[in-house]
Amino acid sequence: MMNCKQATRLLSDAQERPLTWKERMAIKLHLSLCTGCRNFSAQVSRLRQIAKAYAKTDADDAPRGD
Amino acid sequence: MERTDTASSKRKTNQLPPLADPAYLQELRSQMLKFAVLQLADRSLAEEAVQDALEGALKNVHAFARRSALKTWVFAILRNKIIDILRRRQRLVEASRLLGDDDNDDATDALFDARGYWHAEERPMAWSQPAEETRNQQFWRVFEACLNGLPETQSRVFMMREFLELDSEEICHTEQISVSNLHVILHRARLRLRECLENHWFLEGERA
Repeated sequence: MMNCKQATRLLSDAQERPLTWKERMAIKLHLSLCTGCRNFSAQVSRLRQIAKAYAKTDADDAPRGD
Repeated sequence: MERTDTASSKRKTNQLPPLADPAYLQELRSQMLKFAVLQLADRSLAEEAVQDALEGALKNVHAFARRSALKTWVFAILRNKIIDILRRRQRLVEASRLLGDDDNDDATDALFDARGYWHAEERPMAWSQPAEETRNQQFWRVFEACLNGLPETQSRVFMMREFLELDSEEICHTEQISVSNLHVILHRARLRLRECLENHWFLEGERA
């Protein structure tokens, strides 16, 4: 079975290119057994949303703490 | 900036129109400059791009009653300027420096054990839902600190991909790297950025 380092690499690559059928099956198997990588999988897309929102927020209207 | 000097005494007044608040403008300018220097690796080009973006905003002074509106606007202009500059030139980087950056990334390797499985204490946890962090000003400070904590190549390439939204081909062209190199860099950047955000933001409350 693929390890977590390889699995996170494929999950990261999946943001860049379509995975092959074989890669998708291997990931599916790994994720079914690994909570850490399941969380990582959700987080790579969240990182993408976060980076897109950079400098595009209303946050600066909040009272300043300093 | 001299023309707005008289407003400096009103620094604390958040309601002040952003373009009339030199302290705020200064802070915004330095955020923009930091970002532009990271992306362009050229201080004078970066300063020029930031200056252009700010001057564009000054012409539309009435549109920016709110600070967030100004920041969004100038960063949108700056983003387009950086993309233009990157597309027009081919960065002259030493490939060896980039490769060295990847190969000796102990901080990333330390997340996994010798067999490539997560160390128990490094295993990603579930992040809070719903995703409201982007509305929180404090979150963006943490985000910037985490980004600045990455090796320079990783933070630049990550933001090229995810904020400037350049595609792989363009990034490989401007950085003079192969696609597989790019994927290694992005993998490492994501591992480290998520770890930093988890430690300093998403799990902060639970540990306190």
